[in-house]
Amino acid sequence: MNASSDALVVGGGLQGLSSAFQLARRGYRVRLLEAEYCGRHASGVNAGGVRTLGRHLAEIPLALAAREQLWHHLEELLGDTCGFVPSGQLQVAENEADERKARERVALLQSHGFGHERWVDAQQVRELVPSISPHVVGGIWADRDGYALPYRVVTAYRLAAQRLGVDILESTAVQRVERCGSLWRAHTPHGTFEAPWLVNTAGAWAWEIAAQAGDPVPMEPGGLMLMVTQRVAPFVQPVLGAMGRPLSFKQFDNGTVLIGGGLRCEADAAQRHAPVDLTRLPRSARTVIDLFPHLTQISIARAWAGIEGFMPDEIPVIGPGAAAPQVVHAFGFSAHGFELSPIVGCIVADLIDRGQSTLPIEAFRLDRFAV
Amino acid sequence: MSDSIRDLIVIGAGPAGMAAALAARRRGLDVLLLDEQPDVGGQIYRSITTTDAQRQRILGPDYSHGETLAQAVKAAGVEHWPGTAVWQVDTDKTVHALRGGANHHIAAKALVIATGAMERPFPVPGWTLPGVMTAGAGQILLKNAALVPSAPVVLAGCGPLLYLLAAQYLRAGVKIQAILDTADGTDWRLAIRHATALLAGWGYVRKGLGLLREIKAAGVPFHQGVEQLRIEGAGADAAEAVAFTRRGQAHRIACGLVLLHQGVVPNNQVTWSLRARHHWDDKQLSWVPTCDDWGQTSLPGIYVAGDGAGIGGALVAELQGELAGIAVANALGQGTCQDGEAQRARIRQHLAIRPFLNQQYRPRDAFRIPADEVIVCRCEEVTAGSIRAQVALGCSGPNQTKSFSRCGMGPCQGRQCGLTVTEVIAQATGLPPSDVGYYRIRPPLKSLTLAQLASE
Repeated sequence: MNASSDALVVGGGLQGLSSAFQLARRGYRVRLLEAEYCGRHASGVNAGGVRTLGRHLAEIPLALAAREQLWHHLEELLGDTCGFVPSGQLQVAENEADERKARERVALLQSHGFGHERWVDAQQVRELVPSISPHVVGGIWADRDGYALPYRVVTAYRLAAQRLGVDILESTAVQRVERCGSLWRAHTPHGTFEAPWLVNTAGAWAWEIAAQAGDPVPMEPGGLMLMVTQRVAPFVQPVLGAMGRPLSFKQFDNGTVLIGGGLRCEADAAQRHAPVDLTRLPRSARTVIDLFPHLTQISIARAWAGIEGFMPDEIPVIGPGAAAPQVVHAFGFSAHGFELSPIVGCIVADLIDRGQSTLPIEAFRLDRFAV
Repeated sequence: MSDSIRDLIVIGAGPAGMAAALAARRRGLDVLLLDEQPDVGGQIYRSITTTDAQRQRILGPDYSHGETLAQAVKAAGVEHWPGTAVWQVDTDKTVHALRGGANHHIAAKALVIATGAMERPFPVPGWTLPGVMTAGAGQILLKNAALVPSAPVVLAGCGPLLYLLAAQYLRAGVKIQAILDTADGTDWRLAIRHATALLAGWGYVRKGLGLLREIKAAGVPFHQGVEQLRIEGAGADAAEAVAFTRRGQAHRIACGLVLLHQGVVPNNQVTWSLRARHHWDDKQLSWVPTCDDWGQTSLPGIYVAGDGAGIGGALVAELQGELAGIAVANALGQGTCQDGEAQRARIRQHLAIRPFLNQQYRPRDAFRIPADEVIVCRCEEVTAGSIRAQVALGCSGPNQTKSFSRCGMGPCQGRQCGLTVTEVIAQATGLPPSDVGYYRIRPPLKSLTLAQLASE
């Protein structure tokens, strides 16, 4: 029953599944422990944006590697398209201040050698999105970005990992981890599991695992809401964001419109529940109808929330533990980990297999918060 | 718009909601009664205040009973907001509702949720075709607008409402081509076991027999033991015929309008959205919120009364509403403290017939847990086969079917597929429905446009 394994992965979200999959590809025997079911929280219910646009400078090399090496080739890798649509992503500028900010951003990226975000003027915006409100003055365009279907990605990674022999145990909450000699030990209601390596991808609960491994971090769980409308005739291809206000917006091919973008709500991490509160969403509704006045009378079909881990500087922790040996952390993606997840699995597996990553991950060190 | 804090908000103005509001108001509480309809009455007494004598004759004496209650509510000074849709309820007892295009956020010390029943899904091949509707929808058209079908109809299914609608249609001069009874068929040995209950609930039995007599006297062909029911017409994109087998014999009746019904189940959308505790009722084959003997849910100060607490019918609903109203008054120290025993005794008397009715009208497994090709989620067109395939991929509950296939994520918020999805997964996994669980219900509970939300 408790066959030995080389690595224990705590958490069956996308970061954990991707890490387990990449470790298995490198010949490791992996056991993944998931408290509920894979993709239950942020990984399965997020907006699904495959977005390099607008990222923190430190994340850009990872985001580009994920997009170019993995997202555009997921079908070959996992045997499933994951619903990936390279629709492009557009961040609109609604006034002069927005435009100035957008042009500065593009120039900054160019000075670092990145050309994946480019300025498009009002005319080009209208070519990309003919139905957009005339007040839009331009935007930043990332043509190889897009979106995918989150739970389908979760399932594709889970099945691919299982095909490579990863032992995935759902409804198996890790209550405590400890280092015993040369092994990590994870205690669960269904028994105790041991392995030399520990991967902490526990999402909104990762700070507890990190603390038990001797690596306390200032991570906070939080809820993130999304809403989806009834079906409407196709009117927008790319995923949209806005320079001046929080928005993430896309239309699926079934006609429904997904509205999100940093809409925080309370999260009860202990109860593993984030109650949706629609009374917090009027601003998002207003943004949408400002940009697309024809949506005024469209009904909201549903709203929901996922629980995510947030870091004070809003970039994740990716890297080895500081206190104990043979532990790798990947958490605290602060609501933008979906696009990174395929490459995070490669980084985690490389850190374990080769002791290093070819990608720059210095900015994501766990001990950056140490006083 | 924010309003002052109320003693009690009652959601739903059917018999349970009206009785709860009345009981609390009579004990001096400040009561707000919210309902979507233009007037009080709920589904059972829909349009009760505006129905003329002719339509009252068609609808029958049970319907007219609602008028007394409706008048008492109006006379007692209950504040009633008609045309009000509740789209979110918070555990702190704040109710968010849309009335005349404006949003209201109203806080209360207690809530009574009296959202009644909804029809059990009846997923058979062809049930989504134009020309197929539910008997409940047929009755709403009759009550609201005195609309009856002009072409002959076939009624198929089981349960008292089906026979009631048949009798009402006959009184209104509608031609009924046939009634197809899909219940498992009366097992008289079982009926004898329920003999005491039958005697106790003789009023209900007499009414049922009366309806059947009325239908028989009209000469309507009545087929019992109907199996393998399906509606044909997929090629024409509208119902053309009903096909079924009976004692192994195949039958087919050409018709353009089919009314389906196999009983009603509690409408638990509000209590599910509040994450109140629910349990699976094996007799009623549905979820029921877990309540104390006043109707209080697992959330203090939040009560459920009426069919939403388990199907009991209009008179039980009224008594449960009264109990909940008394409980709220007791909790707020208003009026003389009462123990509710008199109401409970009468509820027990009315419920005595239920085990027999549950047995008599138990929908067949095949009509609740359909074959692979049958659509389960009509909004997103997800079939039973697709759900079974998802189970094979590791899906263990209704919330994963949403993520896998959008099943239950359409405009009806899973109302029309939730029970079917639970039972299909239970059958495929071999787990009891109580372990499979139900959808997490999220706001908006009722349709809300972007403009309405933005106007906050």
